[in-house]
Amino acid sequence: MDLMEKNLELVEIQKLEGHTDRVWSVAWNPVSSHADGVSPVLASCSGDNTVRIWEQSSLSRSWTCKTVLEETHTRTVRSCAWSPSGELLATASFDGTTGIWKNYGSDFECIATLEGHENEVKSVSWNASGSYLATCSRDKSVWIWEVLEGNEYECAAVLSEHTQDVKMVQWHPTMDVLFSCSYDDTIKVWWSQDCDGEFECVQTLGESNNGHSSTVWAISFNATGDKMVTCSDDRTLKIWGTDIARMQSGEEYVPWSHLCTLSGYHDRTIYSAHWSRDDIIASGAGDDAIRLFVDSHDSVDGPSYNLLLKKNKAHDNDVNCVQWSRGEGDRLLASASDDGMVKIWQVATKP
Amino acid sequence: MVSGLINENPIIYPKKERRLRTDSSNTDEFTPEPIDQLEIFDHIRDIKDPEHPNTLEDLRVVTEDSVEVDDDNSYVRVTFTPTMEHCSMATIIGLCVRVKLLRSLPARYKIDIRVAPGSHATEDAVNKQLNDKERVAAALENPNLVEMVDECLLPSAE
Repeated sequence: MDLMEKNLELVEIQKLEGHTDRVWSVAWNPVSSHADGVSPVLASCSGDNTVRIWEQSSLSRSWTCKTVLEETHTRTVRSCAWSPSGELLATASFDGTTGIWKNYGSDFECIATLEGHENEVKSVSWNASGSYLATCSRDKSVWIWEVLEGNEYECAAVLSEHTQDVKMVQWHPTMDVLFSCSYDDTIKVWWSQDCDGEFECVQTLGESNNGHSSTVWAISFNATGDKMVTCSDDRTLKIWGTDIARMQSGEEYVPWSHLCTLSGYHDRTIYSAHWSRDDIIASGAGDDAIRLFVDSHDSVDGPSYNLLLKKNKAHDNDVNCVQWSRGEGDRLLASASDDGMVKIWQVATKP
Repeated sequence: MVSGLINENPIIYPKKERRLRTDSSNTDEFTPEPIDQLEIFDHIRDIKDPEHPNTLEDLRVVTEDSVEVDDDNSYVRVTFTPTMEHCSMATIIGLCVRVKLLRSLPARYKIDIRVAPGSHATEDAVNKQLNDKERVAAALENPNLVEMVDECLLPSAE
């Protein structure tokens, strides 16, 4: 199925209002989607210091705010991430802490608060099995936390090799390899040789490896984990790849290399990029637009991405985050913006 | 007496007479006037320098020409010239300009702030900080910094 040939558009399904300040991030609960017979659930976090949980009614198909997680973080909540089981939500805040919330029916309770960072926590990510949590901060460090019994979290590593503010951390989708990106313009890869929790920086993707020339804001992997996309203040998207089979079978680390750069498509900072399960890359940028890219399969040398569509004025202000839903085939996209809104979109064929 | 100021003897330029606006061309009262260079300069000219009882206009930190505006595309760029090459107040000044414009311009506006090329020892570092909105947002959650900015933004009693 060649997506480029279909006449596709991004249709706004619903606008979710409620936050009283800019919305920084959204995260889909990995477990719920209509396919599972469970209503899809989305979390959003904001400069209003709260997290909102939104649920879609299976009857009316409309989204409502189920709960507001408030009175815990005392400053902006910058990002949030659901655990792989969907039972826990981690929230990263400018107040320097990371909250862990558990869903008890219709309520959420903060069951743990992770402290340690010296200043604003920017991002939080769970590994594939839910045994590790990673956080990063303006204090330039990346912390890895071990998830223990009884709501206990223990700091397993403090990794201080970035030279500036770390913007995002993201675990590889299948392996316990951690990736971080920073205001220092680089992406770093952290790996534990003996899987004993001793992580070290095994690779830095910087300008000399065809890397970005300004702050890298986000990282996203494709479903198989052999490719990743990064986005930057340098207004480009970069695609990177590795030999995942070799990496998964062997004992040694297999480096990532630059595959292609998408430049000339964005004229403001790109804050977010997300790779869908069916290979569409979505980007959210400072020009209020959402763009979708697909591999045209034109090139024999590797991936060659083309713009599938551009949604101008997707929001009234900067798009801070774009996230594809986890369900198979529904092609739902959630976006968060400085305009205080969360929007749900659907990729559909033009009538 | 040592005052500890970074720039003890700033050059204060003579005040320019303010041009009166005489817009007779647009007679339709419902069409909003396009925002122009002078309007944006009017928002920032009276911002007080963090160290001296003078405005950014007095010290020629900003001038009318330091404002580049494209109203059709909702874009503005302000280039400011710190009084000294090693001025550590540069980021504060830049932050004040940004905050004043955020509070004064329509939300559709994209605002870029930079130091005049060649006017500051760490110009790239200053520019990067001033244009990283996440850093700006975090800085503006710091009550001490907000107090300092608000002081600079207070209209002076003249």
